[in-house]
Amino acid sequence: MSAATGIARGRTGRLLRRLGFSGRALVIAVPVVWLLVFFLVPFLVVAKLSLSQSAIALPPYLPLVEWDEGMAIITLNFGNFTFLLDDPLYINAYLSSLKIAFISAAAALVIGYPIAYYIARSPEGRRNVLLMLVILPFWTSFLLRVYAWQGFLRSNGVINNFLLWTGIIDQPLVMLQTNFAVYLGIVYTYLPFMILPLYANLVKLDDSLLEASADLGARPLSTFFHVTLPLSMPGVIAGFMLVFVPAIGEFVVPELLGGPDTLMIGRVLWNEFFSNRDWPVASAVAIAMLVILVIPIMIFRRAQAKEEAL
Amino acid sequence: MTDTMTVTGAAALAAAARPWTTGTERPFVRIDRITKKFGDFTAVDQVSLDIFKGELFCLLGGSGCGKSTLLRMLAGFETPTSGKIEIDGQDMAGIPPYDRPTNMMFQSYALFPHMTVEKNVAYGLLRDGVHKSVVRDRVAEMLKMVQLHTLAGRKPHQLSGGQRQRVALARSLVKQPKLLLLDEPLGALDKKLREETQFELVKIQETLGVTFIVVTHDQEEAMTLSTRIGVMNAGRIIQVGEPPQVYEYPNSRFVADFVGTVNLFEGRVIEDEPDFIRLAVQDLPVTGEGSGAASAGGAGQIYVGHGVSCTIDQPLWYAVRPEKMRLSRHASDAPNSYPVWVEDVAYMGNLSVYRLKLPGGRYLLASKANLSRYEEDTISWGEHAWVSWDDTAGVVLTQ
Ligand SMILES: Nc1ncnc2c1ncn2[C@@H]1O[C@H](COP(=O)(O)OP(=O)(O)O)[C@@H](O)[C@H]1O
Ligand SMILES: [Mg+2]
Repeated sequence: MSAATGIARGRTGRLLRRLGFSGRALVIAVPVVWLLVFFLVPFLVVAKLSLSQSAIALPPYLPLVEWDEGMAIITLNFGNFTFLLDDPLYINAYLSSLKIAFISAAAALVIGYPIAYYIARSPEGRRNVLLMLVILPFWTSFLLRVYAWQGFLRSNGVINNFLLWTGIIDQPLVMLQTNFAVYLGIVYTYLPFMILPLYANLVKLDDSLLEASADLGARPLSTFFHVTLPLSMPGVIAGFMLVFVPAIGEFVVPELLGGPDTLMIGRVLWNEFFSNRDWPVASAVAIAMLVILVIPIMIFRRAQAKEEAL
Repeated sequence: MTDTMTVTGAAALAAAARPWTTGTERPFVRIDRITKKFGDFTAVDQVSLDIFKGELFCLLGGSGCGKSTLLRMLAGFETPTSGKIEIDGQDMAGIPPYDRPTNMMFQSYALFPHMTVEKNVAYGLLRDGVHKSVVRDRVAEMLKMVQLHTLAGRKPHQLSGGQRQRVALARSLVKQPKLLLLDEPLGALDKKLREETQFELVKIQETLGVTFIVVTHDQEEAMTLSTRIGVMNAGRIIQVGEPPQVYEYPNSRFVADFVGTVNLFEGRVIEDEPDFIRLAVQDLPVTGEGSGAASAGGAGQIYVGHGVSCTIDQPLWYAVRPEKMRLSRHASDAPNSYPVWVEDVAYMGNLSVYRLKLPGGRYLLASKANLSRYEEDTISWGEHAWVSWDDTAGVVLTQ
């Protein structure tokens, strides 16, 4: 019986192989199919939308391909993209998004590095507790936490009330609906994404390297800049990218904490889709954003490859 | 200078090269009752050591006996729980590693993976603010000495184990420290390379005149390298001495057994004279010759040809090394001679090691140098023979 199934299995195996399948291909097929269905297909849909013409209709755009007496007439409308270049609003929104994301990532790095370093240098038993504390905020809704910041930053919010009460200020500070609040919100939200890769890198740092540096005459600060920091660069780049990339397209934080003049591409996208109902232009905005993001993502990938090579 | 001239040549030279024998020179490193505890565990226990300028001192001991911990206290990575360390007359308490006149070569080498060989070696000089051009020259010189000048641009991961070891050595020597600490410097090398490097290490140490403290668990390495050996066990220094001293005059069963191979007998004093003693040993057969056969109570005897401060019936140990034993087909007239059965012969090239079985079942090891390429009629396994040794061949141990 077992011989029979063995032969049968051998036969199906051979058949599959003749069709170009192998065990390895089947394993790889799962993520590939996943990416095709949930990434490439939506991307193509958006790409197609970005090349069509907007219309007052349902759906609010014209089809790319029209059949006319057996002829396929394909209309590719690049106007949506040239429109992005013509109207300074979009360029400004991109630049402003890049700036806000960059400064936020830099701030998260400055705040996150000491925290990651401290956790990585803690005794092994305490490390898990500290990491838990870093991840803990994820257990409540992101939206809820950003709303909570409103309560803190309002002119009659917790911070202002406290400062007024101590007498440090006699006028409430305007914090909500400023760029400051946006930076704060982004740094707060994405800090764990900075800390975790930095921690993963720093915890691998060999103590004997730090000792060797001290032994050769380097003071602690000198050891940090000559040994610790250079060796943690892959972690720094990974953390930076994990904050920078999603922060560029951030919508919720500028919407809830930012003012009317906080210009970010995520908000522009939202407005095009839902207020203007100009799906093609909105899609063009999204495609352009993706292209802009590809560059930092590639830097990130290279940093990762370097980390693995070490 | 003038007073050494008055002393006769050879003796003065020997004394100058071995300052620990005179007791007049001030030790360069003075370790005074150092103890290190990790929680309840005592890693280093009341260790006192004096090490002199220009010495190559080996700390020898099994894994986990506290050698590295002692070395790390000298380098400043661990703070002693109690006791004092002085280097070149300066108390080291509270002085951080970067301000100590020591450099360390790490067991794992601890080379900076993101720097080239050249940068690794230059690191210590650059941190001291030495001028760039001076650094370049010194590094080049150092790399030449360890024969790595052709590999200056490589990263550590592009080097072999032996090459990394030499980078680590160059890096720790380039600052010309007064004291170099080496933690198992040759541990990661294969046997052949290790033996070559041992001689190189000694040569470098003699050329530069730096004081070396080398940690090792390899007794052969300690013998080859050192001016003196400190044998450690369970956090304590058991014996300090020059290699022949430690080998031929171990002060305890531990040292006798740890340094080299030894046959150890447990015995009881049955005769205690000013110029000899006799031990009764249960493991040895009665040979009928000994005068005190009756008092041995059926046990064999060992005759020791010098006086020992002991009392009758005191339990003692007797250690004799394999190469001090002789093997023959007939009973010899040596004071200690016993019949054995040759169970096995291990041919090692330079010598042959015999595994001998005593009538009581106890095993002994004896070795014989293979002085000629072909010997007729050598004693082989499965034969009855006699093992014997002189009355000065072994050492009596009280602990
Ligand atoms: N930082 C430490 N914390 C606790 N125990 C330690 C520490 N360092 C060393 N020990 C213990 O001290 C003992 C001696 O260690 P070490 O000096 O490294 O031995 P070795 O002679 O092999 O170099 C070992 O039992 C080790 O487990
Ligand atoms: Mg060790």
